[in-house]
Amino acid sequence: MNGYGGNILRVNLSTGKITKTPTPVELARDYIGGRGFGAYFLFNEVPAGADPLGPENKLIVSSGPLAGLMIPGAGKCDFTCKSPLTGGYASASVGGLLTAEIKYAGLDSIILEGASAKPVYLVIDDDHIQLRDASALWGKGSITVEKILKDELGEEFQIACIGPAGENGVPYAHINHDYGRQAGRGGVGTVMGAKKLKAFAIRGTRAIPVADLDAYRQAGMALYKACKDSEGLGPWQNLGTTMVVSWCDEIGALPTRNFAAGSFAEGKTLYGPVIREQIVITDKGCFGCPSPCGKYSRMKRYGTRVEGPEYETIGMVGSNLGIADAQDVAQINFLCDEWGVDTISAGSTIAWAMECYEKGILTPADTDGLELKFGNVPAVFTLIEKIAKREGNLGALLAEGTKRAAQKIGKGSEQFAIQVKGMEQSAYATHNATAMLLAYMTADVGAHHNRAWAITYDLQVGRELVGADKVARVIWLQHVRPMFDTLGACRLQWVELNIDLEMYIPALEAITGVKRSWQDLELVSERIWNLTRLYWAREHKDFGRAWDMPSPRFYTEPPKTGTTAGQITKLEDVERMLDMYYAQRGWDANGLPKPETLERLGLANLVA
Amino acid sequence: MRLYADSARCSGCRACLVACSLNLFQENNPKKAALTILPHFPAPGVYEVKVCTQCGECAAVCPTNAIKQNARGAYYVEFAECTLCEACVPACPENVMFVRAGLADVAWKCDLCGDCIAVCGTNVLRLGEIAAA
Ligand code: SF4
Ligand code: SF4
Repeated sequence: MNGYGGNILRVNLSTGKITKTPTPVELARDYIGGRGFGAYFLFNEVPAGADPLGPENKLIVSSGPLAGLMIPGAGKCDFTCKSPLTGGYASASVGGLLTAEIKYAGLDSIILEGASAKPVYLVIDDDHIQLRDASALWGKGSITVEKILKDELGEEFQIACIGPAGENGVPYAHINHDYGRQAGRGGVGTVMGAKKLKAFAIRGTRAIPVADLDAYRQAGMALYKACKDSEGLGPWQNLGTTMVVSWCDEIGALPTRNFAAGSFAEGKTLYGPVIREQIVITDKGCFGCPSPCGKYSRMKRYGTRVEGPEYETIGMVGSNLGIADAQDVAQINFLCDEWGVDTISAGSTIAWAMECYEKGILTPADTDGLELKFGNVPAVFTLIEKIAKREGNLGALLAEGTKRAAQKIGKGSEQFAIQVKGMEQSAYATHNATAMLLAYMTADVGAHHNRAWAITYDLQVGRELVGADKVARVIWLQHVRPMFDTLGACRLQWVELNIDLEMYIPALEAITGVKRSWQDLELVSERIWNLTRLYWAREHKDFGRAWDMPSPRFYTEPPKTGTTAGQITKLEDVERMLDMYYAQRGWDANGLPKPETLERLGLANLVA
Repeated sequence: MRLYADSARCSGCRACLVACSLNLFQENNPKKAALTILPHFPAPGVYEVKVCTQCGECAAVCPTNAIKQNARGAYYVEFAECTLCEACVPACPENVMFVRAGLADVAWKCDLCGDCIAVCGTNVLRLGEIAAA
């Protein structure tokens, strides 16, 4: 099939059985690839009520039709499974070189099923596919393991692996690739660990077929030219996502001390240019990217190196923990990478614990003697290891994630557990940014920013304004942005370099031979969005409106300091936004898709 | 003319490799490209770009004279005349003469098409006159 690897690979880790079947044409038509394939397989193949850490859960790794081709940033890979963090839908994206290699090996999705009795790793070398003993790798850090496997197998192999946190069932463990890029969110690494799969390595040497070679080369070159001519290229290349640290600080969106505020008075030392000057040693791009946002840094004080720190990490383990030094933040990033936890969830959980400690809800007896004050860098270093090992009272508690930890501790700490649906909110403080707040409330994995980065829109039209247009904008973003994760390419050339969305249309047609408009692509996105909603409802009997509510902090506690001091979203506005959102989506008052909506999207057969 | 690479600017994205395979073989297959990107990670954390310097050593050893010069002054492999004897491979001082049996039944090298330069977003690559030794 043009534009596709052409096959779905299944590896059953219980039995060792390996099967390959052609990628169905209808699947490509209705779900395109990437997260679309993931959602389809999850809904249809993982039985209702499956234990996320049991053999019934599946880890679905998917590439997309643009991946691995001469298209800017064609390096996005999707990991989908039932989330051990939320019990709902998990889909995490990773860049780098993995997704391209999957296609060169003639594959579109790799479905990891069952669970092995002993630690194993999977080697895919074109058609030679093998499970090998990983007992010597078990317990090792994810960066360390990647290096061992590269040395053993060769540089051409692309690696995905987990750290100790994934082995130990920490529900926000990540999957690492290319020395510091991660499929971070929702516990995809935890599911890999539960299957006792320490790593997989893949090399492919095949060409990816395309429908119209000349038209594709022309459309691809035009996209590269547009990127290179873009005014946004210089600053983006220079700073990557750290570009937004100063902006967020100024507008009051930089999470500070567990989202108590949105500006960090000590934060100037975390601004992009400072990070670049102090620690960055090279740019590091994903596959085919002309605008590499990845930065590789060296922390001289610690004798370590890390990819990053990215904006989200700076926000979550920097300002949100009251830490203002670039090398400290980068070192926390490194420890999270090596031990195998998502920096966003880890940062949020530790911030919650620090607030508990400062309020006397957690005492030194609960923290195994750690002085858990905001800004205590050595305590954070210690905690990451304890969390990954589930060591001591505190390690075990924080290894539950914010929502469950707060339920256990109680005493009002649920009020400042900053999460939606059980997933910790990423690094935008939303006391007064209603579109962004709605984006977090309704994101299909929990409080993650990548589905709809609506905060610039808040600034554009008025932050506290609540209206149908704003809601429509969030929905539109939730369709367009994840479409890139479906196609297997990066959205940031569109977002940051202002590349016209229409430029992707001739490229996609030349590659796949199928003409599709953005209207058509958005419909596919809407189908996927509704399918994931049905999945949540299927897995949680009480799923509905209450699951879309944000942390109470954002409608009850105005920040005392910074740009947004005294500002807050009204609860009635939160409710009003949800009403409008459900109505526009064709969902009922409890947030469940109406029959006619499912009918329109071709999903009616999925509900009994 | 030859291709020059400033490795310090490289971000390891491999766009150049795909563009190259499209020019040489009309295929999307970076394993069949005439440049090499060597990542050195996790330490020291740099990319190394290896390119053809158009020194002509390969052409000098080719027993069938399959390596010729094109209008741009680049040595290129005339695929029809290559017998896959691999004499050129050890002769290349830069390790960028490629023979991968199973991938292609010819040797290949850079023919200075310039497509890699067009896609590289960080301006690693440029064409320039060969500096006098
Ligand atoms: S912009 Fe960043 S995330 Fe996107 S492809 Fe380039 S390096 Fe990867
Ligand atoms: S296109 Fe440029 S940045 Fe990318 S790998 Fe090639 S030389 Fe390096």
